[in-house]
Amino acid sequence: MSTIADRIVPDVGLEAGIAGLTTERIQEVVNQTLKGETGAKLKAYKETCMRCGLCSQGCHFYMSHDQDPSYSPVSKATETMYELIDKKGKVTPERIYQMAQIAFTECNLCKRCAHYCPVGIDIAYIMTMVRRICYLLDVVPQYIRDTAHSHSSTMNQMWIKDDEWIDSLQWQEDEARDEFPDLRIPLDKEGADVYYSVIGPEPKFRTQLIYQAAAIMNAAGIDWTMPSHPGWDNSDMCMYVGDFENMGRIKRAHYESAQKLRVKRIVMGECGHAFRSIYDMGNRWLGYKEMPVPVIHAIEFYWDLIQEGKIKITHKYEKPVTIQDPCNVIRGRGLMDKLRDVVHFLCEEVVEMTPNREHNYCCCAGGGVINCGPPFKNTRMEGNRVKADQLRNTGVKDIVIPCHNCHGGIEDIIGYYDLGMHGKFIGDIIYELMEKPEL
Amino acid sequence: MTDIYTFVTGPLAWVAFGIFIIGSVYRLVSMYALAKAKDGSSLAYMSWFYGLRSILAWMVPFKSKGWQSDPLATVTTFVFHIAFLLVAVFLNAHVVLWDTAFGISIPSLPTYLGDIISILAIVCCAIFAYRRLTLPHVKGITRNQDWFALILVVLPFITGVLAYHQVGSVLVMTTLHVIFAELLIALIPFTRLSHALFILFTRAYMGSEFGGVRHANDW
Ligand code: SF4
Ligand code: SF4
Ligand code: SF4
Repeated sequence: MSTIADRIVPDVGLEAGIAGLTTERIQEVVNQTLKGETGAKLKAYKETCMRCGLCSQGCHFYMSHDQDPSYSPVSKATETMYELIDKKGKVTPERIYQMAQIAFTECNLCKRCAHYCPVGIDIAYIMTMVRRICYLLDVVPQYIRDTAHSHSSTMNQMWIKDDEWIDSLQWQEDEARDEFPDLRIPLDKEGADVYYSVIGPEPKFRTQLIYQAAAIMNAAGIDWTMPSHPGWDNSDMCMYVGDFENMGRIKRAHYESAQKLRVKRIVMGECGHAFRSIYDMGNRWLGYKEMPVPVIHAIEFYWDLIQEGKIKITHKYEKPVTIQDPCNVIRGRGLMDKLRDVVHFLCEEVVEMTPNREHNYCCCAGGGVINCGPPFKNTRMEGNRVKADQLRNTGVKDIVIPCHNCHGGIEDIIGYYDLGMHGKFIGDIIYELMEKPEL
Repeated sequence: MTDIYTFVTGPLAWVAFGIFIIGSVYRLVSMYALAKAKDGSSLAYMSWFYGLRSILAWMVPFKSKGWQSDPLATVTTFVFHIAFLLVAVFLNAHVVLWDTAFGISIPSLPTYLGDIISILAIVCCAIFAYRRLTLPHVKGITRNQDWFALILVVLPFITGVLAYHQVGSVLVMTTLHVIFAELLIALIPFTRLSHALFILFTRAYMGSEFGGVRHANDW
């Protein structure tokens, strides 16, 4: 059995953060946050948790570390929030470092453990509130902190300037017109049926995804648009940092940019965490019980198109594939059946992972852990051996992964465990198989 | 000694029940008030349908991932809670009390069965203790409060069984049994045993979030 003290990872953000801290300051922030921002939910969780340990096997970190108890969900809560409550925040700065490392990098907020806890304790919520406290104490891993800063300064994740965003779209439109002569990426079209939104990394280094989405929209004859102004980025690292104020700002900007264009609905690209921010966290912070503009995930959108016969493919993908169920849209939004319908429509043979659907293992990149950057890459690799086993056991080479974070996480796992596999977005496959004009 | 017995089965019993009822109401009401003040964005999603669905789903042994993951803990948990309720309500000695104190007459368990079930409950407590002492993932998170709750629960069973089998003085043992039982009842709202009050709500809340917002099962 190890403890968090045995595995401290050096990180500039965490180190600089605790350098200026005192126990008094910690106490002040902890107690203020507990009193002002938490309530019956946390209180009932702490009290009602029976310390039975049943949640342990729910967590990929615990399973991947040969059942090391310090990685069990309840242990993570005990070592962080429960201790802060018991000691009324009277802990050392070094202890806050340890707590921050647990909350930011050893929990993906994936909620898989919810399937294991008889009481119904939401460990992911508890970890979110630990992150909130660490954020208010200014103890946040450097990489994700930088990303959150980008959100708050530019309203997108990647420090993309407003004109660069438009340039990227027009560049993709221009490229795509070689292949699809009539294709447009309509900017700011008022009243369009579909407002397509993406995450910051797409215009920065996955521009082919915008190209493909445009090709699919074009072929399906969708009345669509993309906004030329801030709000286009649906991603949200502020949510994972614990910077709820900026989480609210960026979600509001996103919804309002769609409202300004009076579109019928927002369609999101293949991203999991952005979807969580839209239906679960950002909206609540803003006081919206439901989404003010209907938002659907790419899986649902493609499913609709398939039902309506608007996706025409020349043949099915021949090699066998397996499916990664991203937590935030499957356990988070119940899209497992639609995802399967879409993949079966596109592919000849699907080999399922076990466990799958809402019991899937997280990719270990989620919850902002991959965004904590290189210092914590090994945390993710060692922490998700079970995913590597799961993938290897399918015996296939191609993985359909409808989530950006999962792509990053799983590609890393594939490399680290030498699995020789490859991840694909649904959009990649549709684009590959779709009927294209003869030139 | 008989005076003490009369006292513990009379006034003290009322005190214990009083503390239990008032304490439980207080805890539930103040928790609800706190939820209304601070957890609006959670309360808003509470759903009768999904809440009850989750409660029922988790009442089925081995249905959820959690129950499947640790069969010993699952069997022990179910057996213990059923035994606890059966003995507390239907043990013949208790049935007599219901009748004399409240004039309620309910069927009672055959004496020998009551004994077996009580011993079963003690065995379950022993298994809970065994888990806390030996399994690393339970040991590491066990605190004094957890032991206190376990001891509080097992004492009435042990003294009850001893009294029934006439080990030691029956009067002393029975008196001890009543005192421990009253202690247990009175302390339910204020110890880890308060899960008896709150678990319906934590479960229903998780069920509501999964069913209503996340559109996925929470088991
Ligand atoms: S990583 Fe997932 S399973 Fe593990 S504690 Fe966090 S939410 Fe629970
Ligand atoms: S399963 Fe639930 S009640 Fe048991 S230790 Fe884990 S969080 Fe606590
Ligand atoms: S990255 Fe993917 S698997 Fe991991 S938490 Fe997000 S959705 Fe889940």
